Amino acid sequence: MRILIKNGYIIDPSQGIDGVGDVLIEDEKISEVRSQKSEVRSQKENKLKTPNSRLGESPKETELRTIEAKSMYVFPGLIDMHTHLREPGFEYKETIKTGTMAAVRGGFTTVCAMPNTNPVNDNSSVTDLIIRKAIQEGACTVYPIGAITKGQKGEELAEMGIMHAEGCVAFSDDGSPVMNSLVMRRALEYSRTFNVPIISHCEDMHLSEGGVMNEGLLSLTLGLRGIPSEAEEVMVARDIALARLTNGRLHIAHVSTEGSVRLVRQAKEMGINVTAETCPHYFSITEDAVKGYNTNAKVNPPLRTQKDIDAIKQGLKDGTIDVIATDHAPHHRDEKLREFDQAPSGISGLETALSLSLRLVYEGVLTMAQFVEKMTANPARILRLDKGTLKVGSDADVVIIDINKEFKVETEKFSSKGKNTPFDGWNLKGMAVMTICKGKIYDIS
Amino acid sequence: MKLFSKDLLGIKELTKDEIILILDTASGFKDVLKRDIKKVPALRGKTAVNLFFEPSTRTRTSFELAEKRLSLDVLNLAVTTSSVVKGESLIDTALNVQALGADFMIIRHSSSGAPHLLSKNINASVINAGDGVNEHPTQALLDAFTIKEKLGEIEGLRIAIVGDILHSRVAKSNIYLLTKFGAEVRLIGPPTLVPQESESLGVKVFHDMDSGLRDVNVVMMLRIQMERQGKGFFPSTLEYFRYWGLTAERLSVADDNAIVMHPGPMNRGIEISSEIADGPRSVILEQVTNGIAIRMAVLYLLAGARG
Repeated sequence: MRILIKNGYIIDPSQGIDGVGDVLIEDEKISEVRSQKSEVRSQKENKLKTPNSRLGESPKETELRTIEAKSMYVFPGLIDMHTHLREPGFEYKETIKTGTMAAVRGGFTTVCAMPNTNPVNDNSSVTDLIIRKAIQEGACTVYPIGAITKGQKGEELAEMGIMHAEGCVAFSDDGSPVMNSLVMRRALEYSRTFNVPIISHCEDMHLSEGGVMNEGLLSLTLGLRGIPSEAEEVMVARDIALARLTNGRLHIAHVSTEGSVRLVRQAKEMGINVTAETCPHYFSITEDAVKGYNTNAKVNPPLRTQKDIDAIKQGLKDGTIDVIATDHAPHHRDEKLREFDQAPSGISGLETALSLSLRLVYEGVLTMAQFVEKMTANPARILRLDKGTLKVGSDADVVIIDINKEFKVETEKFSSKGKNTPFDGWNLKGMAVMTICKGKIYDIS
Repeated sequence: MKLFSKDLLGIKELTKDEIILILDTASGFKDVLKRDIKKVPALRGKTAVNLFFEPSTRTRTSFELAEKRLSLDVLNLAVTTSSVVKGESLIDTALNVQALGADFMIIRHSSSGAPHLLSKNINASVINAGDGVNEHPTQALLDAFTIKEKLGEIEGLRIAIVGDILHSRVAKSNIYLLTKFGAEVRLIGPPTLVPQESESLGVKVFHDMDSGLRDVNVVMMLRIQMERQGKGFFPSTLEYFRYWGLTAERLSVADDNAIVMHPGPMNRGIEISSEIADGPRSVILEQVTNGIAIRMAVLYLLAGARG
């Protein structure tokens, strides 16, 4: 089947496209992109072209579906490099099927599954299971992220090479950071063999012990144990130092504090091999969301303060922060309907990330192209994926966005099993109306 | 006048007028407690359930007695005998208790905000008998009642709260109450136990007793929670007592008529010396008596707030 997306405003930072034009999809691949402001690209000019031999073989395959995208934006499908799909082991929270449906609904065509499943994705058989399940049941592409250490215990390195060969695109002990600096050093060194990033959840577990929200006046008045910004920052500083020592590829997950932004900026200025991501909740809401013991605002790292939000926006603007990821962390309703300190941390983020991030464009923090880059080309570059692009010959992953469409966040309508979000009831503007994953069309509106 | 809410979650949530109403009502109940027959039929036919998820003798017995003095039917549910050990969630436990016909649920819980969670999910009146390190509102109310009884108006008094502020819900409730009434509140303790942010609550922070206690009218000692020892907040109880223990010598810089309070249970020789605890300035046992009157007032007024 062929799909022609006509008259949309195409932005593809991977090849500098920024203008009205058409995208043609053939055989699940991008076969042509034509836009007014950029040169015409067709398969003839591109080395990555796919043989068109099947074209015309049967009437079905030559069938052309035309999608009118006038006044819409057309981007490469979004990539979420930080997703918790919960399968295997926590299928009551989310499955690969429901999680990828949520992704598609949110405009994502690729998600990277964090390894804190049960069993942990610390060996190739779990990697293989996730990939197989994703192919069978997934709505979009899933790349697993392997554990840095066996059992995410922070002691012995997991079999990175074998897992990488099986399909893991990065390694992380997300949720239970590698506290032992020597082990982290080894991980950053060893992973260089395979040129894969180490994604660090930066948290000094001693400093954050027992903490459930940001430390400050609010944690004092709520009587909740605080996690100081410094619990994140000392580990960001440590990992940057280790990246300098080892020349390994360090990616800092979910930056939440002003100090972390400063440290990453400084490291980049020094030429250290470090990249960073943040999540929509860290630039959208402050710790105030916790008031009233709202467990849906419990997340790790915790929601911080306005000055942190300002610094993160600045970091996104000046390129210190490369990526907007969701840290989609679905939980069961019963788990969140608990005492605040007993409830698990996490926000179900796939279905609000795009709209919340678009606010940065409306506010003038990012240009539309910068925004698209942080959700497509940059994560693709960090993870070395042939994704997040409309280059001819690449997978037909496309998202069509209506930035004028206003809607109310209703968790009951989420595809994700996780309804845990502090953004329930928010009125947002701009959403994916159609997501195309490898040529398969999901009509969202 | 009535209380605005069906629940007593914390001092934070109360207005000054509501606090005055509770204190005035308690005064009437204190007279009842002095009578030969100490029981009134005010809440006959209603049921109170004391849900204690943390061990407590003083607060639980005080609530129980207050409930009985008001002719409430009383049920005590302690954590060791409840379904919680079988893994039942707090809300399920509370819904079951409500189904038994509870009109009041008095809850003590190690998680801050546990009473707030119940308040949102059940219809019975929820009374916070201490939640995590958040609040212990009836303790602050009985402390205020005791101070007023001994020294008159709270406004303008210099009141020192000494010890483990960080882990003390009693301190928090007292800070909210006393600052609402215009007292000068001082917090004294080692920096590891007195959070820096405290000053934003309108109090003064001191780390040494001699300057902190100077000219104060009230000294509120807090219990050093022995389970904190060995967690690195201070090196030893010996050293703690040397710097922050209340002795006659330390107290000598306070106002001549200063009173000494303690929410109990006391660690003699760790935060307070026996000569002070048992001395003429101690009002510690009166606090206990006043606690019953305060809790009667709270139960009575909440019943009225429900209409």
